[in-house]
Amino acid sequence: MMPAYIISTGLISPQRTFENDFSCDADTGGAPILTAVEPDYRGLLHPVQLRRSSRILKLGIGAAQRCIHNAGGRQPDAIIVGTGLACVNDLETFMKSIEESGEQGLSAIPFINSSHNTVAAQVARTLQIQTYNNTHCHRGASFENALLDTLMLLQEEEYKHVLVGGIDEFSMHYYRLLEEKPVAGEGAGFFLLSDTPPGNNSVKISAVKTFYRPPEDFIARFLEEQQLPAHQLDAVVLGINGLPADDAVYRRQIDTFFPPHALLAAYKHLCGEYRTAGAFALALATHALWAGAFPAPSVLRPGASGKLQKVLLYNHYQNCNHSLVVLEGG
Amino acid sequence: MNDCQLPTEDCLLITGVGIISALGRSVKETLDALRKQQSGLSPVTILDTKLKHIPAGEVKYSDEELLDQLGISTGRDAYTRTALLGLAAAEEAMRMSQSGGDKKRISLVSSTTTGGMRFHEKNAREIFSGTIDRKYISLLDCADAAQQIAQRFGITENITTVSTACSSSANAIIVGARMIKNGLADKVLVGGTDALTRFALNGFNSLEILSPDGCRPFDARRNGVSLGEGAAYLVLESAATARPERILCRLSGYANTNEAYHQTASSPGGEGAAHSIRQALASAGLRPEDIDYINAHGTGTQINDLSEGRAIETVFGHHIPPVSSTKGYTGHTLAAAGAAEAVISILALQHSMLFPNLRFTAPMPELSFTPQTTLEENAPLRHVLSNSFGFGGSNASLIFSRP
Repeated sequence: MMPAYIISTGLISPQRTFENDFSCDADTGGAPILTAVEPDYRGLLHPVQLRRSSRILKLGIGAAQRCIHNAGGRQPDAIIVGTGLACVNDLETFMKSIEESGEQGLSAIPFINSSHNTVAAQVARTLQIQTYNNTHCHRGASFENALLDTLMLLQEEEYKHVLVGGIDEFSMHYYRLLEEKPVAGEGAGFFLLSDTPPGNNSVKISAVKTFYRPPEDFIARFLEEQQLPAHQLDAVVLGINGLPADDAVYRRQIDTFFPPHALLAAYKHLCGEYRTAGAFALALATHALWAGAFPAPSVLRPGASGKLQKVLLYNHYQNCNHSLVVLEGG
Repeated sequence: MNDCQLPTEDCLLITGVGIISALGRSVKETLDALRKQQSGLSPVTILDTKLKHIPAGEVKYSDEELLDQLGISTGRDAYTRTALLGLAAAEEAMRMSQSGGDKKRISLVSSTTTGGMRFHEKNAREIFSGTIDRKYISLLDCADAAQQIAQRFGITENITTVSTACSSSANAIIVGARMIKNGLADKVLVGGTDALTRFALNGFNSLEILSPDGCRPFDARRNGVSLGEGAAYLVLESAATARPERILCRLSGYANTNEAYHQTASSPGGEGAAHSIRQALASAGLRPEDIDYINAHGTGTQINDLSEGRAIETVFGHHIPPVSSTKGYTGHTLAAAGAAEAVISILALQHSMLFPNLRFTAPMPELSFTPQTTLEENAPLRHVLSNSFGFGGSNASLIFSRP
């Protein structure tokens, strides 16, 4: 497939990324739950929309609007969203009201808001985009599958620009049920991707693949498929989350497949673990490629050379959903 | 315009289909029920709900029976009803396409709207109080059913779950089609699964759009939707790898569009639906007059049938082909509906049959056409259009054609 070029990003996260500040030095003070630094939504959402929207919608529309703003107002030809739990808080509200009311006299509003495609639909409604609109809800691979959908769409004549996002909000309901708790997080990250380079210093996504319980050597096989020898990688961005069982999976791959000279970066200590944390990673790496360096708080191990051109993003969710994204600078 | 408009290697072929719904648990049982004009709608007996009196298309097998039918003997508590329905349909589709032994790259695009909600409802007390056994947490979200299916068939690459409300599995089929076109897989299992839930029943009830006595699509006296449950999967392949004797039909066109109009309602003039149908025709390189049958979304709600009916009039003008909604048989199976109706459309093509719209009594005064009300067994069909429209203005149209 032809690569997709990143025109702009819009990211609401526990860091001050909404202002395009990717220094990632917000003091999270060792908190167990990292919550998004929300912008002033006035100006991003219509006043009626602002009053009626649930929090996840505000996060989604806010990040999408920021992304479009950062692209100089360029409108997309399609909207694709990845979300692991979608409107989980509305869903929980409706489920609770069913149990508590004995299935009587229910308000339809949380039901209407709980549809998994609500964010993609409301972004489309806000921007008045009547073309392709899709939502992927596949746990830890939701965003990366949305990205794959985007790349496929951009191969076609009629889709020149696609707005793709990854979004999940913190859910106390799910958090309480977790046996082992990594630092929990949330975020909304949108990207305007194009089939043509925007100019100098462009960053492109040249490959995306998602895996479900793959064989041990899946990264090596993927790199071979992409004709990308591991030694050409300047940086590897890992989804390390602080849980020993999860991190051991990365450790094995680092020791076996990744070149010793490559820079290693991590990000879940900055944004927390959530099903679409891959969107934070993509924004972080894109800005690093634009700036020529990863922000210090994300660097696990510096690279042997200062070169930063080819970057591999590797994330997994509970050693079940794995995803690989190849990113290349100009 | 009968031939594939694309170079042969870009043809999208269907080599297997599988379905489980209130009509039965195989393609054969489904066809038999359709032919006998037997509705699957009945009072709810298996789901625990206070809305049992409202007719629905319930699969009349308990979870235990579904487990037995699938030959699952261990870890039986780790399967949700959504996953079991999905496994049943996926297994039939995979068996039909007979990929055993051949080394094809297989991917999976599934879809669901209710995911693990049925399981959540059954264990609501333990889940809300936090006392549930932690091993069950992975059963609650949308990805579970797809991963159970992937596990069963050893699928490891590019597995996703689409969730765009009532058009979910139609959109899953479209994503799978693009995977084939882009050479990411030789074969993609596509479809959707949804178990009947208190969540959906109460949700549609709170919107006051559940039919108290069984849906009547495109009828002046229509009084709402009847929900259903089930799963349907299709195997998509490229011409390069499909075995000629396995080819059932082609997916010749598709469209995914959005109304950008309202969160739950469709545009009353049918502009959004017309846009979706026109795009699908354009992608197939077909004219409206090439379509021989429309399997409509036809939910039986006031708004959908008016807006879809107007869209059909707009696109097809004075040459409206036979139209029917088969939701009177299966109920509205939500995420599974697009794939279930794709299977029914393929059956129509294969057997030269038109399936009637059940329970029709009176024409809608706003529309110039009435739905097909009789079974026709000698209808030579070349191209069939299937519509799926969902909350959030998520519209999708698919066109299936003779090979």
